Amino acid sequence: MARHEVKSPIPGTFYRKPAPDQPPFAEIGQSVAKGDTVGLVEVMKTFHEVKADADGMIVGFPVADSDPVMAGQTIVELD
Amino acid sequence: MAQGKIRKLLIANRGEIAVRIIRAARDSGIATVQVYSDADANGRAVAMADEAVNIGPPQAAKSYLDIDALLQAARDTGADAIHPGYGFLAENAGFADAVEAAGLVFVGPSGETIRLMGDKAAARAEARKAGVPTVPGSDGLVEDMDAAAKLAAEIGFPVMIKAAAGGGGRGIRVAHDAEEFARLAPQAASEARAAFGDGGIYIEKVIERARHIEVQVLGDGSNVVHFFERECSLQRRRQKVWEEAPSVVLSEKVREELCASAVALAKAVGYRGAGTIEYLYDDVSGDFFFIEMNTRIQVEHPVTEMICGVDLVAEMIRIAGGEKLKRTQADIARTGHAIEVRLNAEDPANNFMPFPGVVGELLTPDGPGVRFDHMLYPGYAVPPFYDSLLGKLIVWGEDRERALLRLGRALRELKVEGLPTTAPLFAALLESDDLRASAVHTRWLEPWLETNLDLIKQKGGGNT
Repeated sequence: MARHEVKSPIPGTFYRKPAPDQPPFAEIGQSVAKGDTVGLVEVMKTFHEVKADADGMIVGFPVADSDPVMAGQTIVELD
Repeated sequence: MAQGKIRKLLIANRGEIAVRIIRAARDSGIATVQVYSDADANGRAVAMADEAVNIGPPQAAKSYLDIDALLQAARDTGADAIHPGYGFLAENAGFADAVEAAGLVFVGPSGETIRLMGDKAAARAEARKAGVPTVPGSDGLVEDMDAAAKLAAEIGFPVMIKAAAGGGGRGIRVAHDAEEFARLAPQAASEARAAFGDGGIYIEKVIERARHIEVQVLGDGSNVVHFFERECSLQRRRQKVWEEAPSVVLSEKVREELCASAVALAKAVGYRGAGTIEYLYDDVSGDFFFIEMNTRIQVEHPVTEMICGVDLVAEMIRIAGGEKLKRTQADIARTGHAIEVRLNAEDPANNFMPFPGVVGELLTPDGPGVRFDHMLYPGYAVPPFYDSLLGKLIVWGEDRERALLRLGRALRELKVEGLPTTAPLFAALLESDDLRASAVHTRWLEPWLETNLDLIKQKGGGNT
């Protein structure tokens, strides 16, 4: 299967966990289905869930937890 | 001439309040240092200040909340005082302590006062001690269910049954009568035990149609004066969107009692600086109840400045410099009516979705009785990392009716292209009979939004 990139629809701060004291939504090597939440983007103090828009196995997180993202930037790579 | 001992002020904040503080400092002959994150290099406050220092990456935790970076910036520039604004570290007692320990002036109350008033239970106890009414309820935890039922009947239904270990709305039940209370209270206790490992509950009266009214105070550590009240009943998700001064529902007698109670509490804690004491007001019974004290300048301070002719930010800087209050209570009068609306980078026609875009064409309102405190300029890219407040439009009129007309006029002059703002919401609200009659309470706005989406769209919501 070809590579697929999940992009952030909005600019903000990317988080891999639902809360600082909780485990990440997903890890590298994990399979996700279309519609699964793979991260959060905080924009102006409100949180938006980023969902996988395809099925696949996670092969990379190009953006680290709590790093800034731009709209359209890839946040999860699927294979 | 610089006043007091403050010669150079570092502003540990951003956005419209940073602009506001720079103006107050400059009006007082004080030099300014603006700190900024990587995301705010193009901010208006950075361009305005005498000096600017980069303090780190966009994330607030690594910049505006980084105490070491802020103190280093103060040392590097020779600033002798720090103004925290609102939000970020403004009510962080440890920051106030660290600023003083570094030999600098913190523009605000002592860390001790911030710590005391920041503890909800301690603040409530302090209010009671000063004779300020608090929301009726149990003094602490209630153990015995019979005693609890008796107390609930005494304070009057409906009452809230809250889990002591709960929080953020969890573990709250509302009982409307004794029968319901008898059923719900043991349930609440056992659920609290299961959920939080602590079965402690306490009860509090429900104020069903409360208005939010707050009193502005200013203290110098020994004396305290008030600058009357503001009403902020128009709220969405507990966030204020529209504020006024004075509140048109208070009688002179209640106003006097309310303001005197705020002064009593601030005096009791030896308050220094600008502060706000917040109350719930029941306009059916005429009772008011202390909620909390904010130990900082508030977003909506300009409505008070408009009716009292005072520069609260300059006053807090003066007091921090070691000076005493300039005015006695007898010198403080109010005139006319002021309204503030919060211009946020949010689309009111799309569930208030934040929208950090680039400002295109910009026309700002002015003329008699209009003040626009903001951070905008054409081409400004609003960063996504901070809150959505772009500015505050404040109008003054000789009475409320004139202030409403002037708000309508100012909104027609305002033009912000490139991103959605909350301006269409205010244009729509001006057509509400309830709002024009001030027949509102803290839960009035949300249902109104549900039924007036078309009106908001008609006023320009949803178009960018």
